[in-house]
Amino acid sequence: MMDAGRHPRIELLVDSEVEDITGFVGNYRALVRRRARFVDSNECTSCGECEKVCPVVVPDEYQEGLSSRKAIYLPFPQAVPSAFSLDGESCLGFNPIACGKCLEVCDKKCIDFDAKDELMDLEVGTVVVATGMEVYDPRENDEYGYTRFPNVVTSMEFERLINAGGPTDGELVRPSDRAVPLRVGFVQCVGSRSVQRGVPYCSNICCMNTIKETLLLADHYPESRSTVYYMDIRAFGKGFEDLYRRSREAGVRYIRGLPGTVKEAPGSSDLIVEVENTLTGTMEEHRLDMLVLAVGMVPRRANGNGKRSIDEILSLSHTSDGFVMEAHPKLKPVDAPTRGVYFAGCVEAPKDVKDTVTQAGAAAGRAANLLAAGQVRIEAITATLDADRCQLCTICARVCPFHAIEQADKKKGLLPHFVEAACAGCGTCAAECPFDAIDMRHFADQQVLAQIDGILADDPMQKIVGFACNWCSYAGGDNAGTSRLQYPASVRLIRTMCSGRVDQAFIWHAFRKGAPLVLVSGCHFTDCHYIDAVTWTQRRIEKIWSKMEKLGIRPERLQLEWISAAEGQKFARVMQELDSMLRQVTAQEVEESMQILAKESLGGSPPILPKKGREQVLPIQN
Amino acid sequence: MTEQALRIGVFVCDCGLNIAGTVDTEEVSRFASELPDVVAVVRNRYTCADPGQKEIKKAVAEHDLNRVVVASCTPKIHEPTFRHCVEDAGLNPYLVEMANIREHCSWVHIHDREAATEKAKDLVRSAVGRARVLEPQDEKVFPVSDAALVIGGGVAGIQTALELADGGHQVYLVEKEPSIGGIMAALDKTFPTMDCSI
Repeated sequence: MMDAGRHPRIELLVDSEVEDITGFVGNYRALVRRRARFVDSNECTSCGECEKVCPVVVPDEYQEGLSSRKAIYLPFPQAVPSAFSLDGESCLGFNPIACGKCLEVCDKKCIDFDAKDELMDLEVGTVVVATGMEVYDPRENDEYGYTRFPNVVTSMEFERLINAGGPTDGELVRPSDRAVPLRVGFVQCVGSRSVQRGVPYCSNICCMNTIKETLLLADHYPESRSTVYYMDIRAFGKGFEDLYRRSREAGVRYIRGLPGTVKEAPGSSDLIVEVENTLTGTMEEHRLDMLVLAVGMVPRRANGNGKRSIDEILSLSHTSDGFVMEAHPKLKPVDAPTRGVYFAGCVEAPKDVKDTVTQAGAAAGRAANLLAAGQVRIEAITATLDADRCQLCTICARVCPFHAIEQADKKKGLLPHFVEAACAGCGTCAAECPFDAIDMRHFADQQVLAQIDGILADDPMQKIVGFACNWCSYAGGDNAGTSRLQYPASVRLIRTMCSGRVDQAFIWHAFRKGAPLVLVSGCHFTDCHYIDAVTWTQRRIEKIWSKMEKLGIRPERLQLEWISAAEGQKFARVMQELDSMLRQVTAQEVEESMQILAKESLGGSPPILPKKGREQVLPIQN
Repeated sequence: MTEQALRIGVFVCDCGLNIAGTVDTEEVSRFASELPDVVAVVRNRYTCADPGQKEIKKAVAEHDLNRVVVASCTPKIHEPTFRHCVEDAGLNPYLVEMANIREHCSWVHIHDREAATEKAKDLVRSAVGRARVLEPQDEKVFPVSDAALVIGGGVAGIQTALELADGGHQVYLVEKEPSIGGIMAALDKTFPTMDCSI
């Protein structure tokens, strides 16, 4: 921590949150808000005079609320930067009757109630997401009496109680009467490995953490007796089994079985734990002074204050456990699907300190590769303009999620200008252009049409033409494959970078060629890798549905689905459902619609734009 | 390129038994050889491996290929591999096309060899159709800002920031709390070495 604080090339931005990230690999721009600390951290000497006079007492979050702090406080003794911080929420100085006692005693005059938030605009080549996890809150399921019995504590609270820097200076006391607990029980898998309660996965660290805590306890109080209630002990890492053995040798009792009931002994705050020992097949009753819940790790929740989370800002997808999804689970374990973004630590999955440090090194290595190269090649999948066809309608500029198109000017006769560095290749402009003046490199109209022809060349009645976006739905199909989920063989997927690329013309072409059923699939709205391009997909499909209705073609023959890269199971299920739908399409209706469409000329038609431009578009929930 | 006659090579991958266990790759190869402009079809045990890539390079030279179709796994894994491969063979990397007959076919239709084979043929025909109209592309090169944004000042963020900064790069380490340290800083000792967390 100290090293990071004093490194000449690390700018430490504490009290800060990232509000927006734009740009592309090698060229990101981050908007960071540094909240006012009200104490100049360069000047503060941590003398602590301010703290002495501060009249406000609030629970100390660093000590898990087991002790209190003042409104002006040092977060913890080894804090970096080593400077006090003023908690604006609880300080009285902001009231009309200002307190201001701290101001008076601060010799260095480094407290400033008028300090304002600072907004910083940073240019960076790479982003490493190390936003961590949250500890499971056992109040959700009160099975072990955490909210009812004072002597039931979490493993985090136990950490503070036994820590020399904790609220009791390392003397372990139990909350009810401050007596030293000598009979301590540890319940494993609290919130973990349960489909009904908490989360279904193993939180990875709790077994070893408990083993460590039993050894700390044995070390502090040799006369103590610990009991661990477990499903199975997972001591899989280097040196772990040794530690487990040491704990057993230190006399710690390991009971295979989780407590059935926990209650307080009559007239006492001792705890009575009833447990089935599944190794002996007997019911046992243990009287304990304290019970520690080995709480698991859960993904960090959204901010909840209306601010966008980092995951939302970077359009990060999540695996079914709620942690962020890697570009590849084995081959690119620290890469995000978005180039130039990497993961380190528990944001990706629960892990211990060693694995976190290892992964951080890997993420730094990946990021350093990019930075050291000094330049980056961008895939040639950007938009191109056919100036002869352009009618200067300006729709392309208005639909571009990246503002990469400088608007055409009809009066001046200026064509739209495409900023190639800003174009991410989603293809929404190409799909929305009513005059077919825009095409995409490597995802050109004629290339996609050729793929449709290839699929429908023979026996089209048995085929579903599917369009899938590169990031989510196509990857969801890959996920189904990797998981060996079986589904009927009727669908053939065409990959586009974004579902926003799927031109009306592609869909009409498929129906003209006798496709019984067409699928368009993309990312969930919050996952869209092209900001809001997927909203244009939705609008376009809705327009096509109503057009189909008018033409007398069953709109059900065009399906729209949002499938994320992690949703292999959903992908397989959708393919099952589509296959059933396919069976209901008759050769006669396909023939009829082919005849209807042969007479119609259906290219793109101008999209219905909201009156005040893109910003007014409300995300459509699916 | 347009003046030149199309000469397409199709490389059908067995992927050991990952594909060939379900899909009749021999039949797919035969089918591919009858598609328009296809002048060479090679079936490989592992197309992505060195011998498989050598086959591609050899065929490009021998048959004067100007388009390559690889029927194997998802492009999300090996498209870069085959782009490099054809580039080595003297072709523009954008003249290679992949047909995903593994993740989207052999692995998900394990019990229906016939349907899987028919689907694989369609995917190959679709890829060949696309390959016929592929065009060479030039990738643009952009400079990289030599700075990193590390979000989160726990053990992961601190370690990442130190590694990058030690490597000579500017790092912005963003932490929402008043101090870095994260959850690790609240721990007492850490397993398995029982040393102090801070």
